[in-house]
Amino acid sequence: MFTNIPVSAMIGLFFTALYFIAAIFAPFLAPYGMAEVVGDVWEPSSANHLLGTDNIGRDLLTRMIYGGRTTIFIATAATILSFVTGSVLGFLAAVLGGWADQVLSRLVDLLMSIPSLILALVVLAVLPVTVTTLILVMGLLDSTRVFRLSRAVAVDINVMDYVEAAKLRGEKRGWIIFREILPNALSPLVAEMGLRFIFMVLFISTLSFLGLGVQPPLADWGGIVKENKDGIVYGIGAALYPAIAIATLAISVNLVADWILNRTTSLKGGRG
Amino acid sequence: MTEPLLKVRGLKIGATVYPPGEKPRDIEIVHGVDFDLMPGKVLGLIGESGAGKSTIGLASMAYGRGGVKITGGEVWVNGRDILKSSLKDIRKLRGGEVTYVSQSAAASFNPAKQIMEQVTEAAILQGKFSKKDAEARAVELFRKLGLPDPENIGRRYPHQVSGGQLQRCMTALALCPEPDLVVFDEPTTALDVTTQIDVLAAIKDAIRDTGVAALYITHDLAVVAQVSDDIMVLKMGDMVEYGATDQIINHPREDYTKALVSVRSIEHPEKSPAGEPVLKCEHITARYKGTQFDVLHDVNVELYPGQTLAVVGESGSGKSTLARVITGLLPPRDGKIIFDGRELTPDLSSRPIDDLRELQMIYQMADTAMNPRQTVGTIIGRPLEFYFGLKGEAKQKRIQELLDEIELGKGFQDRYPAELSGGQKQRVCIARALAAKPKLIICDEVTSALDPLVADGILKLLLELQKIEDVAYLFITHDLATVRAIADSIAVMYQGRVQRYGGKTEVLTPPFDDYTDLLLSSVPEMKLGWLEDVLANRKMESAGN
Repeated sequence: MFTNIPVSAMIGLFFTALYFIAAIFAPFLAPYGMAEVVGDVWEPSSANHLLGTDNIGRDLLTRMIYGGRTTIFIATAATILSFVTGSVLGFLAAVLGGWADQVLSRLVDLLMSIPSLILALVVLAVLPVTVTTLILVMGLLDSTRVFRLSRAVAVDINVMDYVEAAKLRGEKRGWIIFREILPNALSPLVAEMGLRFIFMVLFISTLSFLGLGVQPPLADWGGIVKENKDGIVYGIGAALYPAIAIATLAISVNLVADWILNRTTSLKGGRG
Repeated sequence: MTEPLLKVRGLKIGATVYPPGEKPRDIEIVHGVDFDLMPGKVLGLIGESGAGKSTIGLASMAYGRGGVKITGGEVWVNGRDILKSSLKDIRKLRGGEVTYVSQSAAASFNPAKQIMEQVTEAAILQGKFSKKDAEARAVELFRKLGLPDPENIGRRYPHQVSGGQLQRCMTALALCPEPDLVVFDEPTTALDVTTQIDVLAAIKDAIRDTGVAALYITHDLAVVAQVSDDIMVLKMGDMVEYGATDQIINHPREDYTKALVSVRSIEHPEKSPAGEPVLKCEHITARYKGTQFDVLHDVNVELYPGQTLAVVGESGSGKSTLARVITGLLPPRDGKIIFDGRELTPDLSSRPIDDLRELQMIYQMADTAMNPRQTVGTIIGRPLEFYFGLKGEAKQKRIQELLDEIELGKGFQDRYPAELSGGQKQRVCIARALAAKPKLIICDEVTSALDPLVADGILKLLLELQKIEDVAYLFITHDLATVRAIADSIAVMYQGRVQRYGGKTEVLTPPFDDYTDLLLSSVPEMKLGWLEDVLANRKMESAGN
């Protein structure tokens, strides 16, 4: 299956894999401890500290690797949560129709009418900020968008003759949702998953930058930008590394999602 | 001798295909076709889908649709080879010398513009007429084509006229710039049978009166026999037979042409009602949610075990609604459905599983009736698993038996629907229905989307299976040739009512009521001069007219 991969997808796959591997094996790859102070403030890069040190003298490469681990873990968990809730509820709304659809859809409209960043800030200001709360808040807020998409896709599929045939056969809702609708809704959902993952990365980074996300001393990319932003005034580029990491991850995941969408849109029984 | 208007020599057309997971590759879809068309004559191009008819038709305008390229040969129009012409000359040709009438007028007209503007557009742009003259000519054509209120119909929008009228407007559009050649691409295929005949007559008169030459593309030999002077039979991009209409229809030389001419000649003797009816519809009245009118009024029909009841009528007559009521998708407002001696509950969700199993359905579009992400084995295997709890070996064995019954044999279990031909898909749908061991199968227009020869195969298979499995069919169709081939009793439906009901022979024997007469007489017959005979003897105008 690895024949004919376009160059753009290759680049995307390479960086995505690089970041994920770094995140998974962080304790083995990082040269120092995560919160260990090993040098002066904002040391330039050297053989000991490849990217230099941060605002309180911790090794920046180590912080970057651990930061990626936190950011990617939270984003992945929140994406999975938002997809599971969003798509199951979306499919249910499409299949049930009637008042169930109305209630769910209006609820989602209500949530979407409030800017999600503001809503997240309000919720996080009240609740204790832990990784679990972050994942729950981000995942549930974002599931409204997944709900919209999966409901729209499922409404189209729900009127196909093969779904009617399954209903006439007497199939239960579970079979109709997971065996008839889901396989045919996968390709738009997978493409959306890539996009949503990127938004999650941006979202968690924004929250951390504003101080309501991951709490120090735990590292994450948004937090590293925040910690080192003052250095920019003195010509110190430490804040740029996490920014670059966020940007390259976003672009590469997008490239991969595009490629997957291209490969699966021609519905040829899922083999192509 | 005059020069031919259209001269095609060694025409080859290629296309690029993109098989999933493989490199794109070029294939040839028309392999060198030759023909001549004299001014004012009509040539019929006939063949099954994929024969290259439309592709050849478009090539006479030097056009290849989406990814299709003309790779070789010559196309001479009015003495010049248009494949070598510059783009500027081709623009003069298209919509000026050669015009095109497509199958679906509804999809071809711009819904946001008035009909007149679209009908006169090409004539004005080509500089052949001033706006005023073009509009006068359009009105003249509307009158000639038998459209109502020809002075004002041009001010309507496409959705404000019927399907048959819109198809005629499109013919007016094609004739308006005074072309030398019109390409008619299946102009009556999407229309109801009773509307088709009027449009066909209008097109035929218009061709005769304006003296234009025409390429008439269709899959229905009986239709083309009414309008063309010569017929060319195509198969898979090759010419099979080419000759005068009389010769092709009455003395075909090639086997393939003979098969096309004798299609729908299945003999099926009528069975008389015996035993208890398997299905009894009593005083069924139904309407759709949110509407204020009934689409079915007091429908009473019966169907006996192992027999076929054909429900015929044009679109909108309530045939498919009746099927929805019987299956429980649309609970009726009034009336009872007695199935196998017991009364069915109106709503699908409250029916016991055996009621669901014994009542199966086959759809018109096999493409959408099968989940594209499931293999044939899963599609046929699911009812076995669901109703009978079959698993593993036993299930595999039964699937293979069913595949053998529908004449597909080994190696089909792992295929996906996209890897099957149209006829094979419909066969798999039949197997899925049979897998449930039903007492009754509702067949909703199961052959209408298929080529005539393939449809014939499906009908024969259904008859054969009826003998083996002793299953009853409720056969919904608009095609009377199909009805003759398969029915034991017939219900003719018109505007939600059963107009005529009884045994096949009884229903098809005069005296007819006006609607049945219209419907029966509208079915094209494979003989020359049929159109004129019918129009001379009709009692009633079609609704779509």
